[in-house]
Amino acid sequence: MKTDYNKPLPYIHSETQAYWEGAKRHELLIRKCRSCDRYHFYPRDFCPSCFSLDVEWVKASGRGIIYSFTTCHRPAQHFENDAPYNIVLVELEEGVRMMSTIVNFPNDDLRIGMAVEVVFDDVTPEVTLPKFRPINK
Amino acid sequence: MGTLTRKAAIVGVAESDLGYTPNKTFLQLIAQATDRALEDAGLTKKDVDGFFSAGWLTMESIMIAEYLGIQPSYSDSTLPGGSAFEFHIQHAVAAISSGICETALICYGETRLSDRKKGMAINFATGAPQEPEEQFEIPYGLWVPIPTYALAAQRHMYQYGTTSAQLAEIAVAARRWASLNPAATMRDPLTIDDVLASPMMSTPLRLRDCCLVNDGGGAVIVTTAERARNLRKKPVWILGCGESHTHRSITGMPDLTVTPAKTSGERAYHMAGLSPDDIDLLELYDSFTITVLLQLEDLGFCPKGEGGRYVEGQRLAPGGSRPTNTSGGGLSYLHTGMYGIFLLIEAARQLRGECGNRQVINAKTALCNGIGGNLSSSGTVILGVD
Repeated sequence: MKTDYNKPLPYIHSETQAYWEGAKRHELLIRKCRSCDRYHFYPRDFCPSCFSLDVEWVKASGRGIIYSFTTCHRPAQHFENDAPYNIVLVELEEGVRMMSTIVNFPNDDLRIGMAVEVVFDDVTPEVTLPKFRPINK
Repeated sequence: MGTLTRKAAIVGVAESDLGYTPNKTFLQLIAQATDRALEDAGLTKKDVDGFFSAGWLTMESIMIAEYLGIQPSYSDSTLPGGSAFEFHIQHAVAAISSGICETALICYGETRLSDRKKGMAINFATGAPQEPEEQFEIPYGLWVPIPTYALAAQRHMYQYGTTSAQLAEIAVAARRWASLNPAATMRDPLTIDDVLASPMMSTPLRLRDCCLVNDGGGAVIVTTAERARNLRKKPVWILGCGESHTHRSITGMPDLTVTPAKTSGERAYHMAGLSPDDIDLLELYDSFTITVLLQLEDLGFCPKGEGGRYVEGQRLAPGGSRPTNTSGGGLSYLHTGMYGIFLLIEAARQLRGECGNRQVINAKTALCNGIGGNLSSSGTVILGVD
């Protein structure tokens, strides 16, 4: 467990607690509307499509594709030692997009459309960040 | 045709001192620009009863109104990012045509360059912890805005084969316009190879794909059609306006290749009863080269996906068939953080024929489009002269 982690951490509150608790168990949970069957991300207590309050947590397959990516040569604060590092938008199989990063893979080889799967990085005892890696085919 | 077309006109425009103004606060710049715009119109501060501004400090527009000594009957501090002042134009026309106010002042100023050098810059890198981006984006090393626009550029390249050299055409065209503008910050020659050799910021965007950071302010005066006919300069009619926002975070953008300019543009064309073929010059928000390319497509100047080919051969530059960003734009003239007010100022001057070496001959209609946030918001304003 990394205890010297000094990067920004999420402020976890009632609306998103299940998501972050899922990540700690190494499960990627997303919200699905029971009224219109649509998924959404980031998680809300209601469906942003039909405004139903009848939304459930479901375990995502964890697989998706890279929708877009960028390699940051100029880093964000606290990421100076990582530059250049990548930021990706992953489109999950369920159809929603989330921001993440691809680990253990050369930035120069990243491609849009690449198949990826979730991995979990326990950055602190309290917080686990979902990250992704390419699926070897 | 919509009911707000030609109900009001821009009658005064001005910038403050620009570039690097370490001995002036943003408030001083706003007062200076306001004084100059009122002088341009032949009006006085007593005539102003509608007040429009946008800024990042707490209750900033109210602070500015106090500083200027204005107690308006209509007040608007809509802040959708750098497109704020295009939004303000539509709101001003609505307020004026409904009789809530007669003469509107739209004003703005920032001193980002000086603030940065003094170590007193507003930190835009960290928002409030409650914001969704703080929870779901910032932990991955995102900062705004360069990487967010880079994500859009990368997606456009993937879907449509757009190249870095095509994006560089936009930066080069802006520089060629800036070389004709004595007020521009960057006037030295720039080539496509120079752009491609500039430092990588966030792939695929390089330093010269990105706008400048300067100090500056601007002001625009809008009044009724009746009053506009009897003032110092010829009226610049507000023919059409439209506004739209679709998301704030880049993750929330429905399609990374389509901006809300598509919707705001359709609304403005509808109000004006005009189409892209009727537009003589373009002032498009150029926070980044990709921003211009996306707007050209979304506003109907070329089909979606054709933007890269469209800008080749310096079509946007002086002498090109689609004069765009005739001041030199945010890429080479000036960018203070929220560039939208300068789009309106340059368009009004072009339509009045006041632009000297960079004057677009016989320009009768101009389209200004502001983009704010992470390609989040868009405000379109179509202007014309008799």
